[in-house]
Amino acid sequence: MKTTSSLDRRNFIRLSGLTGAALALGFRSFASDEVAEPVLYNMETVSESFGVTPFVIIDKTGLITIMNPKPEMGQGTFQSVPSLIAEELEVAIDKVIIKQTGGEAAYGQQTAGGSSSVRTGYMQLRKTGAAAREMLITAASQIWQVPVTECYAENAMVIHKPSGKKLGYGELVETASKLPVPQSPVLKKAEDFKILGKSVDRPDIPLKVSGKAIFGIDADVPGMVYASVERCPVFGSKLVSYDDKGALAVKGVLQVIKSERVYGKNKYEGIAVIADNYWSALQGRKALKIVWDYQGFDTFNSKAYEQSLRDQSKEEGLVAHSVGDFDKAYVETGHKLEAFYETPMVSHSPMEPMNCTVQWHDANTVEVWVSTQGPAIIKREISQTQGIAPENIKVNVLFNGGGFGRRLAGDFANEAAGIAKVVGKPVKVIWTREDDTQMGPFRPMTYSAMKGALSPDGKVVAFQHKVISPSIGATQNAKYDKTKVDKTMVEGISEQKYEFPNMKNAFVLSETHIPLAPWRSVTSSTLAFAHECFIDELAIQAKKDPLAFRLELMSKESDARKVLLKIKEFSKWDQPLPKGWGRGVAQYEFFAGLAAHVVEVSRQANGSVKVEKVYCVIDLGTVVNPDNVKAQVEGAVVMGITAAVKDGIIFEKGKSVQTNFQNNKMLRINEMPKVEVLILADGGPVIKGVGEPGLPPVAPALANAVFAATGKRIRRLPMDLTKLI
Amino acid sequence: MANITLTVNGKVHSIDVDPQMPLLWAIRDVIGLKGTKFGCGIAQCGACTVHLEGTPIRSCSFPVAGAAGKKITTIEGLSEKIDSAVQRAWIEQQVPQCGYCQSGQIMSAAALLKSKPNPTDADIDAAMAGNICRCGTYQRVKKAIHRAAELAK
Repeated sequence: MKTTSSLDRRNFIRLSGLTGAALALGFRSFASDEVAEPVLYNMETVSESFGVTPFVIIDKTGLITIMNPKPEMGQGTFQSVPSLIAEELEVAIDKVIIKQTGGEAAYGQQTAGGSSSVRTGYMQLRKTGAAAREMLITAASQIWQVPVTECYAENAMVIHKPSGKKLGYGELVETASKLPVPQSPVLKKAEDFKILGKSVDRPDIPLKVSGKAIFGIDADVPGMVYASVERCPVFGSKLVSYDDKGALAVKGVLQVIKSERVYGKNKYEGIAVIADNYWSALQGRKALKIVWDYQGFDTFNSKAYEQSLRDQSKEEGLVAHSVGDFDKAYVETGHKLEAFYETPMVSHSPMEPMNCTVQWHDANTVEVWVSTQGPAIIKREISQTQGIAPENIKVNVLFNGGGFGRRLAGDFANEAAGIAKVVGKPVKVIWTREDDTQMGPFRPMTYSAMKGALSPDGKVVAFQHKVISPSIGATQNAKYDKTKVDKTMVEGISEQKYEFPNMKNAFVLSETHIPLAPWRSVTSSTLAFAHECFIDELAIQAKKDPLAFRLELMSKESDARKVLLKIKEFSKWDQPLPKGWGRGVAQYEFFAGLAAHVVEVSRQANGSVKVEKVYCVIDLGTVVNPDNVKAQVEGAVVMGITAAVKDGIIFEKGKSVQTNFQNNKMLRINEMPKVEVLILADGGPVIKGVGEPGLPPVAPALANAVFAATGKRIRRLPMDLTKLI
Repeated sequence: MANITLTVNGKVHSIDVDPQMPLLWAIRDVIGLKGTKFGCGIAQCGACTVHLEGTPIRSCSFPVAGAAGKKITTIEGLSEKIDSAVQRAWIEQQVPQCGYCQSGQIMSAAALLKSKPNPTDADIDAAMAGNICRCGTYQRVKKAIHRAAELAK
């Protein structure tokens, strides 16, 4: 065991509130983009400057607490992230207490987004658990006066192999806490894993089948009142006046105040009705009489906006990526193909509507209970909007009833903080589903102008994907630089493994005042549709099998090629389908990871098309919980089909026509295809993400299947499966 | 405001609320049982499903006065053999992801199994189509209902 003498017992502290000495280990940074060596805290220093921030705490009673820095929103971090420590610590995941961190600076990056939670924490958290295990083993060997090599850890105990003697971790804490911290603990070999790589039951699930899981909306703070806020559905409007007499006459209504929701560079005014119960707040809100000045934004409508995107497609745009000489090759090649693809704005619509509970303890100290993907984001936004120091803001992260990117924003929390400050009591602000649907932020639409040129023998000589779209960054950030390509808006289009000798991808920015946000798999969720459908169009034009055509375009070894070969086998691509059926393939590789799907559809007697089956291959390199990965991909398929075939967000007279699930429909159980997922986890050097990669291939594989079954090429989403034939 | 007597999970509560207040808010905020969820407020998503005299209803759109004197069961009160079979099957199949809609899914499933102990896929589709899950757990919901049917035997 390697040790560093400069790190001594100061790394362990007596934690108040725990029974006596406790072994507490952490590391300095939870880097978002690289796996750094763990640096174990000098706990005395850390506790003085930041408060205590260990990742694992073992007290004298043997109670083990593991801090989970990644909020749980359904993606499984409540199991996968603490498991990284538990595996090395030799303790079962259902035997530990898991606590969510609250955005404390010393815990570093705590945002669940970008399918990054496991891949960024993988080595650091394991090393933390391994260091603790080695110290406990050393402590036992010292107590027993036996060689360390004769001892091992299992089930939260250290065992002396020759004698069979055992000591529980709690009994070892005092001795262990006097030992130096191993800086390079030996990690377990994959073949010895008991948790990692296994389909271990998620510890949050028993809570979620019994109604015991506490979500943000369930926060219960003594003396709490409720608020519902009327905001103008026409973005950009200004409040002229309001009459709250009717609202105040509603029994239970306590107060009516002005509020402000800050989203990026935009501020949205509102009128908050405060009541002693939520129903009264809603009734009071209905009785408000408000005069808004729409500032001309009530003329905004989707039809005209969409036409403006089509018009802008004639612009050259900013070159995002260039290989060879596209312009020359395109002009000189005889066989050309052009296509224009369109996708809609969509809502995130997590099942738990936005909500936030805030209590001001004094003029400078605030406590928040919230479903959020990023507690540090909540801290930053409340700090900025309320003018208090981040360390004076305590964030209690509760289970998220879905996130999908919506809960990466802190708008609903900064608004609630402002309301609670005025009210002077703890306030729970709950958005209605209508608020959630109409107020944004939304996933941006992207339009894609595609060009391709084929040689006489069916090879792609030139390829272009030009994206015409509004920008998430431009709607959020006042300092957005229009002279540069917005990398988020061209996500993945230049990184596919297709070998095009001449390629020129471009970006044309469309300005809009509609608030936009990342949505599960961000822009890959729309760009993959254009990219992978157009590849299909080229394959058809070249009279080649779409999957074989893709493989021909990927002659070099790559993960994408490997995934395509695997989906070919897994989906039984070469076997004939029943009459009236068709299948389509798509793959997409982007920052979060890589997956390929094959979708099978059938023509129905009533003229509709049914999605029968979806085969998915996801490439991970390393897998933590295979069953949970399958669940995530199954879910990504549902979300991908919903976005492809159900309502998008359409604006008329400045506001979203969609208000609730009756006109913003979601896929339901009776529309669910069979989904089969295959995980590639061959221990590659890069760990890839889980939550998002299963989504981008869904829409193009579906549209390609629809083409195969019906001959109808879908270039605009959403498609109506009931009216395809 | 009126005094209304509600019997929730076998316990009698006398509450003083607007008779038009949806049962959902009475259960969550007045009685304090938070397992029943608010999803849409217009009976479109099923997150608020509870049993009224054994029948699944959308409590977000059901005035509390209509439930007075009747037997209400929420997720916290599931106790019969079929109920626990559903919950066990849900754990076995690892159905929930975010879990927010799952109280409603389970209440709908338990009611289905009480009327049809051996439901077909079509029965499940018909009974569960009112429950939206944005995480997309439908395939597992279906498997878990079939499994619960076996476990309840």
